[in-house]
Amino acid sequence: MNFKLIVSVSRALMFARWKQTLVAAIGVTFGITMFISLLSFMAGLNELLDNLIINRTPHIRLYNEVLPSENQPVDLSENYSGHYNFVHSVRPKKERPEIQNSFAVINSIRQDERVLGVAPKVTAQVFYNIGLVNLTGLINGIDIDAENRLFAFSEYVTSGNFMDLKNIPNSIILGKAGAEKMMVETGDMITVTNPRGDRVPLKVVGLFESGIQELDKVQSYASIKTCQKLLGESSGYITDLQIKLHDMTLAPAMAQEYSELYNTEAIDIQAANAQFDTGSSIRTLISYAVGITLLIVAGFGIYNILNMMIYEKMDSIAILKATGFSGKDVNRVFIFIALTIGIFGGLLGLMFGFGVSALIDQIPFDTAALPHIKTYPVSYNPKFYIIGGIFSLVTTYFAGYFPSQKASKIDPVIIIRGK
Amino acid sequence: MKILEAKNITKYFHDPITIQVLKEVSFSIEQGEFVSIIGKSGCGKSTLLYILSTMDTDYEGELYIDNVLMRQKKEADLALVRNEKIGFVFQFHYLLNEFSVLRNVMLPGIKLGKYSEKEIEHRAMEKLKILGIDGEALKKPNQLSGGQKQRVAIARALINDPLIIMADEPTGNLDKKNSEIVFTIFKELSEVYNQSLLIVTHDGEFAKATNRIIEMEDGKIIRM
Ligand SMILES: Nc1ncnc2c1ncn2[C@@H]1O[C@H](COP(=O)(O)OP(=O)(O)O)[C@@H](O)[C@H]1O
Ligand SMILES: [Mg+2]
Repeated sequence: MNFKLIVSVSRALMFARWKQTLVAAIGVTFGITMFISLLSFMAGLNELLDNLIINRTPHIRLYNEVLPSENQPVDLSENYSGHYNFVHSVRPKKERPEIQNSFAVINSIRQDERVLGVAPKVTAQVFYNIGLVNLTGLINGIDIDAENRLFAFSEYVTSGNFMDLKNIPNSIILGKAGAEKMMVETGDMITVTNPRGDRVPLKVVGLFESGIQELDKVQSYASIKTCQKLLGESSGYITDLQIKLHDMTLAPAMAQEYSELYNTEAIDIQAANAQFDTGSSIRTLISYAVGITLLIVAGFGIYNILNMMIYEKMDSIAILKATGFSGKDVNRVFIFIALTIGIFGGLLGLMFGFGVSALIDQIPFDTAALPHIKTYPVSYNPKFYIIGGIFSLVTTYFAGYFPSQKASKIDPVIIIRGK
Repeated sequence: MKILEAKNITKYFHDPITIQVLKEVSFSIEQGEFVSIIGKSGCGKSTLLYILSTMDTDYEGELYIDNVLMRQKKEADLALVRNEKIGFVFQFHYLLNEFSVLRNVMLPGIKLGKYSEKEIEHRAMEKLKILGIDGEALKKPNQLSGGQKQRVAIARALINDPLIIMADEPTGNLDKKNSEIVFTIFKELSEVYNQSLLIVTHDGEFAKATNRIIEMEDGKIIRM
């Protein structure tokens, strides 16, 4: 079989110049290793930031803002319908910041097939009492199960058990920075003053770290019930609905839709974090650019070694042709050499790339901003390995293409006469 | 039976100036003939041989090998003709140092793919035995003497039982003793195995021992 012959000739040529062949293969290995580790690291970072922002941010948030009415009485008067009017210092009328008819709204949203889940929330402005000093605070009353399922609440509760919030009445989870300021720990009692001036004792069942210190000083979490009790409101009192969708890209359109349907304010994640996507995609772009550049450089290495090989083995090529090898056979020999270098170099590169990723994965990475992250983030997405593998083959093929073409066109007569 | 026929082969070189190297060369070779081409250096012997061996395709006139016109054939088809029907021996041995002697002899056979590799190996050993160098089969070519190398090259030329063996001054690079060995081998191939041969040489004595001498001068055949 001809293929076997081509393999055996290729092998002989490669072994005759094994050092250069090895150097070319190492070039590919290096390129792929860097490509894989760079992309894995960048993707790990991106995923981390996704977790930080996207996973913790509702795709759509419904709430009621206390705003002055858009239509002032003068607008309704027929006498002045053709006139301009100027009303200064318009004040909102007394309006409760709750979502009207919240049970029905939640139920109807849950039935929407595009929706992954809804987590209702009640926010309460309070003062934390530390002896005689009062600190302003904001308690988020949450549905613990929904909050954890949709926004990975447990990930940022760093001490205590987040489920205690549900099981223990009148309990609270404080921000770590806030707790330090109040000098309390998990298990201690604190008192807070509600907007009506009543003092309410709450038990600290845990501490959380959101990654933003200033936020941790002010915010805390309690169950919806605790919060409603604190505010003296009924069980229908909900101030925010946090919605997560199956497909994030639908958020802007659906926010509009819900806003009209339920007569609330609605903000989508894209509007809230416009700059976020850009950062991710630029990081990815840079990693691909660097990785591909490295591979192209490796490709030039292969191109060089093949050119040199052809130059040195001119006689051998001439004799092969004189004894019956066609230009195509010679072409195949050199393409085969290039691809062999590509495959071996590439496979090693994939393995080393995996190794380097695993190594990066072990390097300690302590940051107060990200309590549950202990080492540098790395993604092991198989996509990178597939792209790296394909790319090493493609570059080596092209690096081999022109030298092979040249080799196949060598005229044996010229070489043999030259002697 | 004619195995090779050249009709009005004309060849020009254009670099540095256009010169006509072959002028309407016509002749034919019968199966089993042992033919030598002689002539002064520069008269066009090598040029003619490269055309006859199908390696040079830039010529005018017609070349038939085994009664098939070579003119329209594509590069790959010509490669096959060389592989199957022509055994070529050069002035320099041109063996591949990356392969053993045995493997060098086998390569054109594997390329042709008519026999299994095992059989080709067996046949290669037989050819080496005919040439008296079967003992060197597993050595690398660069471990052999000049005469031995040339014998390996002849064994390689024989591997596919070619219609004709062509050689361009096969002894030009050898000492007297080795030259004689090579000549003896060619004679034996012709007499014992009825192999057709076309040998370019400048050794008049050797030429006299062949069936037919073609003498060239200035790109023309002056005697045959
Ligand atoms: N590539 C070439 N370009 C131009 N002239 C050439 C080339 N090769 C050979 N010649 C000329 O063609 C003539 C015949 O050369 P050649 O066939 O090698 O002669 P021989 O083998 O009989 O000594 C010589 O005059 C030589 O200089
Ligand atoms: Mg010559």
